[in-house]
Amino acid sequence: MANDHITVSIWRGDADGDYQTYQVPRLESQTVLDVVTYIQREIDPTLSYRFACRVGVCGSCAMTVNGKARWTCRTHVSRVAEQGELTLDPLRNMPVVKDLVVDMAVFFDKWAKAKGAFEGGATRDDALAAISPEDPKRQQASAGIECIGCGVCHATCDVIDWNADYLGPAALNRAWTLINDVRDVSRIERLQAVAGDNGCLGCHSQQGCVERCPKFLNPTASIAGLKRETVKAVLKGELS
Amino acid sequence: MASLNRNHPTYWAFLAHRLSGVALAAFLPVHLYVLGLALTESSAFAGFISWSNTPVLKFLETGLVVFLAAHLTGGLRLLALEFLEWRDWQKTLVALSCGLSLCTGLVFLLNAH
Amino acid sequence: MTASALRTETWLWFAQRISALVLAVCVIVHIATLIFAVQGGLSAEEIIDRIGGNALWLGFYLVFAISVAVHAPIGLKTILREMTPLTTERINLLVSLFAILVFVLGVRAAFGFYGLGGE
Repeated sequence: MANDHITVSIWRGDADGDYQTYQVPRLESQTVLDVVTYIQREIDPTLSYRFACRVGVCGSCAMTVNGKARWTCRTHVSRVAEQGELTLDPLRNMPVVKDLVVDMAVFFDKWAKAKGAFEGGATRDDALAAISPEDPKRQQASAGIECIGCGVCHATCDVIDWNADYLGPAALNRAWTLINDVRDVSRIERLQAVAGDNGCLGCHSQQGCVERCPKFLNPTASIAGLKRETVKAVLKGELS
Repeated sequence: MASLNRNHPTYWAFLAHRLSGVALAAFLPVHLYVLGLALTESSAFAGFISWSNTPVLKFLETGLVVFLAAHLTGGLRLLALEFLEWRDWQKTLVALSCGLSLCTGLVFLLNAH
Repeated sequence: MTASALRTETWLWFAQRISALVLAVCVIVHIATLIFAVQGGLSAEEIIDRIGGNALWLGFYLVFAISVAVHAPIGLKTILREMTPLTTERINLLVSLFAILVFVLGVRAAFGFYGLGGE
């Protein structure tokens, strides 16, 4: 019995709710997403959850598995279900819509607030920007651009838990990649957007984001870069 | 809902830094007040100093020294992290600062007899 | 968030980091002194002998006191903001009072010991 089934406790409801427990047949090479899908299709069709690509490129299936935010399609049950038990919660720091589904608007709003969108100054008549891949700034940018906005880092960040206005690792990481993009023309506005205690200065380098990022990005390093840049800008009187 | 798993070294480093900081901040006014006794009530100050020459007090003082060393080494780690180029072996620095703090406390304790 | 609020927050953060660097030196000296002083037991005369009339030690402890009065309150401000429901105004008041307390007590102690010994 202990070996051929796993006991899965899943959060049901929104901010108010409770856990419901299911027994799921254990299979070889089973992922947590397989488990959730099995429950929804075979046991309880009222369970709500998200997924899309199911092969680890879209980030839609992110949820909290035994206390760690991760992509369920890339989480093997054998790696996480010690003693054959799983506890599944929705991602933290975002409002729960239902069961394992969260409202990610707050996450994307912060992306916009941090000026996470590229602003170019060239036209089609200008020559292409010549940027060497060896250029240090380009390397800084390239180190952070693989982010797909899955929300795992945002869900893991304690500072967001304590201060809902803190922009968070993903938004700040994105801002850092754009600060290092020499083609972008809105550097000062972006530094303004990420400065201060709700911006990069809120980070205490706990590095939960680094631990959990499924793309192995390093938001803490990006935020450290933003700290240096914003402090320099304030000292020089550039931010006003 | 279930609590988050925070079991990684840089989280413990953060927690140690914050707790040691609060402990030191709480201790500071007491420390400075006792020192101030030397000016107004010198016998009370001398009495306090000799009262503190007991094993229990020395042990507690060792704790304070460990807190101070931990906050210092953890703080230096943070300054390196924030102002210098990122290095991937920074987790090792956590272990280093932990070790240094404990060593400092031990040196104090061993000398306190 | 106004630009001047951003500047204030950035300056406070920076001041805490700078005072941290100064304190790093002060604390290393302080711990070394403690370890040396605690050998054979602590005594009030020993402390007064060392610092009394010595302008170097006075200068050292004044720098120490000022740096702590800058460093600790800013740290406490962050913790209060993150961990308590207190308003910003209330927090600013509390940490400012703490800063003044530490500064006054620290400077008083430094000058006090300086004046107690030597001549």
